[in-house]
Amino acid sequence: MIEAIGLHKHFGALHVLKGVDLRVADRELVFVIGPSGSGKSTLLRCLNRLETPDAGSIVVDGIDLMHRRTDLNAARRRIGMVFQGFNLYPHMTALGNVTLALRKVAGKGRAEAEALGLAALERVGLRDRAGHTPGQLSGGQQQRVAIARAIALEPRVMLFDEPTSALDPELVGSVLAVMRELREDGMTMVVVSHEMGFARAAADRVVFMDHGQIVEQGPPAAIFEAPQEARTQAFIGQIQRH
Amino acid sequence: MTGWERFLDTFFNAKVMAKYWPDILHGMWVTIELAMLVVVTGIASGLALALLRAAGIRPLNWLMIFVVDALRALPPLVIIVLIYFGLPSAGLTPSGFVSTWAALALVLMAFSEEIFWAGITAVPRGQWEAARSTGLSYAQALFHVVLPQALRLTIPPLTSRTIAITKGTALGSVVAVSEILGQASSAVSNSYNPSPLILGAAAYLVLFIPVVVAGRWVETRFAWKK
Ligand SMILES: Nc1ncnc2c1ncn2[C@@H]1O[C@H](COP(=O)(O)OP(=O)(O)O)[C@@H](O)[C@H]1O
Ligand SMILES: [Mg+2]
Repeated sequence: MIEAIGLHKHFGALHVLKGVDLRVADRELVFVIGPSGSGKSTLLRCLNRLETPDAGSIVVDGIDLMHRRTDLNAARRRIGMVFQGFNLYPHMTALGNVTLALRKVAGKGRAEAEALGLAALERVGLRDRAGHTPGQLSGGQQQRVAIARAIALEPRVMLFDEPTSALDPELVGSVLAVMRELREDGMTMVVVSHEMGFARAAADRVVFMDHGQIVEQGPPAAIFEAPQEARTQAFIGQIQRH
Repeated sequence: MTGWERFLDTFFNAKVMAKYWPDILHGMWVTIELAMLVVVTGIASGLALALLRAAGIRPLNWLMIFVVDALRALPPLVIIVLIYFGLPSAGLTPSGFVSTWAALALVLMAFSEEIFWAGITAVPRGQWEAARSTGLSYAQALFHVVLPQALRLTIPPLTSRTIAITKGTALGSVVAVSEILGQASSAVSNSYNPSPLILGAAAYLVLFIPVVVAGRWVETRFAWKK
């Protein structure tokens, strides 16, 4: 489903991705962990070309994202993204947030877009909040609306960049529950997160990144219980102490 | 005549006022017309420039920034005089009314471009990214997501700037525009009495106090409320 090979990315003199290869199979859930600044967000943002790598190839669902003639807007419709800060549109209702791209990108009429939007809000358990603006919703609800905004477009892949790290602890569960349902429906997902419990329960594979490289990867049990690399051991030790 | 009577006779001369108030009223209409034209064309072109700047064409943006800064640095009266007395040598002979309109509209365009641009750049990057990640094009993200939020930030500074520039219509009197001040000054020289100036000031108050009050309402109404 995703094949990103040899990704390099610089920000000025800073070499942020140093030859990253990431393959994700259909219906696979890959967890990406690693210290702050190791390039996790940058990697994720390359996968929908919010960031343009300096070198490497990215193919998602058969679409070559690095090809000059690829219609990125059409491709992005197939790649949902959820951000740490929710990034809901504050001047629109929850339903407005979900229907905007349905109307402008997928070309649905108002009635159809609203029906699809309400169905997406239903999936995240917020149909009754359709008329609320983001300011009237809790962080957990906002993040679920953001998930609805992405899944309404029926993406083939979902990218999550620390979806729960801006949330109060008591609100994390509701967002993880929605992600778990997506997982059970067979969505292909790449999740940057340090929610170890969720990773253990739902991830097929955990990828550990450090300094712009993938250091080690494997099934959750292997990475969390018996990491091979010293850097992985140090990092796992650190997050388990919290 | 006591000093007080002389004062009244000089500044509140009933006969002079009765004779010239129709002129002042006519001046009010000219001021309103001029102000409306300045506001509509100045703000519309300022917004158009800000959108053009958002397109990010480097050399064009440098040129734009230079012109906008120049227009903001020059006193509006200098621009009016340049257009009125300068353009004829280039074969164009704009009337005083057109010169004043063009000059003030240019100044408002420059200031409102800066205000709109500041509003656009104040919208967090995450809004662009969320919009683009759902497949919206750059223009769609700008018009549906960023601009509505930017305009909200823009309204208070734009309101006060617009009021300030609109009052500059009085400068038109220098190039023979028969707006309020122009009418009042010619009435003063015809009647040898300054009472028409008092009428003129009253006319400005009648026109602009409601605008200032409405502006304050708009500013509190749109002040940061998330
Ligand atoms: N747009 C950018 N401009 C400059 N530096 C950036 C930019 N985005 C990220 N970086 C830098 O790249 C490095 C990796 O960032 P990031 O991918 O966000 O790491 P992570 O998500 O693992 O914390 C950091 O040092 C960060 O400061
Ligand atoms: Mg990050």
